[in-house]
Amino acid sequence: MSLFEAHDLSVSFGGIKAVRDVSFTIRSGEVFSIIGPNGAGKTTLFNLVSRFYETDSGSMAFDGVDITGVPPHRIAEMGIARTFQNTELFEHETVLTNLLIAHHVHRRTRLVADLLFLPGARRQELDFRRRVEDVIDLLDLQSYREQPIGGLPYGARKMVEIARALCLEPKLLLLDEPSSGLNPEETEDLSFWIEDIVEDLGITVAMVEHDMNLVATVSNRVLAMADGVVLATGDPTEIQNHPDVLRAYLGD
Amino acid sequence: MRFVQKTNYAQDVNLFLHNGQRFWYGLLALAVLLAPLVLDRFYLGEFAYLYIWAIAGVGLMLLVGYTGLVSLGHAAFLAIGAYAHAWLLTQGVPFVLSVPLATAFCAIIGYLVGLPALRMTGIYLAIATLAFERIAAWVIEHWESVTGGHFGMRVPDPTVFGMNLDGPVPFYYLCLGILSLSLFAALNLLRSPTGRAFIAVRDSEVSAQSMGINLARTKCTAFALSAAFTGLAGTLFSHRIGYLAPDAFTVQTSIQLLLMVVVGGLGSLQGVVYGAIFLGLLPQAIAIGRDVLPQWIGEIPGLEPGLFGAILVLFLIFEPLGIHGRWVKVRLWFDQFPLYRRATYKRQRSYLRTERVR
Repeated sequence: MSLFEAHDLSVSFGGIKAVRDVSFTIRSGEVFSIIGPNGAGKTTLFNLVSRFYETDSGSMAFDGVDITGVPPHRIAEMGIARTFQNTELFEHETVLTNLLIAHHVHRRTRLVADLLFLPGARRQELDFRRRVEDVIDLLDLQSYREQPIGGLPYGARKMVEIARALCLEPKLLLLDEPSSGLNPEETEDLSFWIEDIVEDLGITVAMVEHDMNLVATVSNRVLAMADGVVLATGDPTEIQNHPDVLRAYLGD
Repeated sequence: MRFVQKTNYAQDVNLFLHNGQRFWYGLLALAVLLAPLVLDRFYLGEFAYLYIWAIAGVGLMLLVGYTGLVSLGHAAFLAIGAYAHAWLLTQGVPFVLSVPLATAFCAIIGYLVGLPALRMTGIYLAIATLAFERIAAWVIEHWESVTGGHFGMRVPDPTVFGMNLDGPVPFYYLCLGILSLSLFAALNLLRSPTGRAFIAVRDSEVSAQSMGINLARTKCTAFALSAAFTGLAGTLFSHRIGYLAPDAFTVQTSIQLLLMVVVGGLGSLQGVVYGAIFLGLLPQAIAIGRDVLPQWIGEIPGLEPGLFGAILVLFLIFEPLGIHGRWVKVRLWFDQFPLYRRATYKRQRSYLRTERVR
C-alpha cells in the first residue's frame, strides 16, 4: 500500500529547474532511498515534501490526503517528520528539552492551562517525559540527556535529531543524509537503528543518502536522480547497475 | 558538585530540583517578606520600584530572551497599561478589576503589534517596535479627553475592598505579590508546550516548523504575553509615580528595559531579577560617581543615557549571557575544578539574530 505519492512535482528557482516532473510512491513499511550526484535536487525534493518550498506544479498525497497546499507546521501534525542535512537543533537547550519540544504536536493543553500549570498540564508533562525516555532508550542517548546541544559531538547531534523526529511519532520519517559526518562504525550503528525504526516502531523511512553501502544494506527501493529528473527507480542492485545511473555518476 | 539522583519524572517537571534549591529560595522568600520590618520608607519604595521593573522584565524576557524577538517599544506597553488602569480607576472601576482589564487590553495591543512582526527579525523588528512606541506616545499626547494630554492625569489611590494600599508597606507587598505571581506564571509557561514553542522559534524557525509549531501563532502569543506582563507592571507603575504624564514613558524607558534583560542575562528568569537590581542601583551609582569624580565629568550632558548605551554594548560584547550567564559559568568552574573547559560556553549562535542571514 502506498503511504506517500508524488505526482509530476516541479519547482524552479529563477531560471534553474531544480526538480522537474518527479513522480514516486513510498510504500508503507519500507525504506525508500533517494540517491544522486550533488545538485541533483534530492534535498529540494525533501523541502517540497515538508512544504518549505511551494511546488510550481504537480501534487502530493500523504495517507490518501492531498498535502500540496498544506502549511508546513501541519505536515508534522499529519505524521511526517524530518531531519536536516546539517542538523537544525535547538542549540541552547538540552537534549531533553529538544526532545520535549518535538511533543508539541501531541499537546492537549492551551495557553491558560500552561500559565497556571493546571493538573492536566502536569499530567501531560509527565506523559511527555515518559515517552521521551522510550526514544532515548531506543537510540542509546542516556549519557547525553542533560547536556546542551552546543557541546555535543557531531555524531551525537545527528542521533539527537533522529530522536527528535521520532518523538513526533510520525508515520513517515524523512532523513536527509543521516550518515554525513559519521565515522564507519557510527554509520553501521545507524543502519541497525534504521532497521529498528522500521520494524519495531512501524515507521516508514525515506532518506537521501550518499553512502551506497548504507543504501544497499537498508533500502527496499531506491530512486536515482540527476539534474532534477528521475533516472530510475528499483531495488538497490538494479539501480547500482543501471546504465543511466552509472553515466550520471561516472560520465560517459 | 551535587549529583541529583532522580527516581521519578516529576523531578524534571517540578519547579525545584532538590532541597538545596528549596532552602535557598525559601530563605530569599522569607527575607523579602520580612524586609518591611527592618527597612525604612525610602528603601521600601525603592524595592517596590525594583519589583515593578522586574515584572516588566519578565514580559520582555519572554519576548527577547525566549522567543528571540527584539522590542524597543516596550515603554509603550508600560504606558498603555498605566493609562488604561488610571482611566478605568477614574471611571469608578474597582482596582481588582481594573488591573486585569488593563493587562488584557495590553495583551490585545501586543497581539496586534505582533502581526507585522511575523515577517521581521533583528534590527528591522527593533525599528518597527520603535515606530510603534512613537505612535503610542503621540496618541497619548493628543487624546486629551482620556489621557489629559501634556497636562497628564492624577492616578487614584489603589484600594482593595475598602483598604487603601498606597502606604509604603501595603504597596511593597502588592508589588511583591504580583511579581511572585508573574514569575510563577512565566516558570509554568516555560515548563509546558507554549514556552518550549517560544524557545524552538528562537533557536531555529525551520526546525520549529518541522516540529509542527505554528510560527505566526507562536510569535503573536509571545508578543501578547510580553505586552500583558509589561502592561501589568504599568498598572503598578502608575501608582508608584502617582501622576501620569507623557514624559514618564520615553524611548529611554524602552532602552532601560532592554538593558535590564540583556545585563541580567538573556534566557533566564533569574536574569530578570538581577537586571532589575542592576537597573535600580545604577542611578545611585551614577549619583555617587558624580560626587567622587572631577566636576567636569559629572557635568557632561547626556551622561546617563550614554552610560546606559555603553553598558549595553559592553555586555553584548563581553558577556552576552549577562550577569546570570556569568554566575552559571563561575558556578560550573567551581563544580568542575580543575577540569573546566572554556569552550563549554562558546557562543554558538546569537540571540538577537542581527548577525544572521536568513
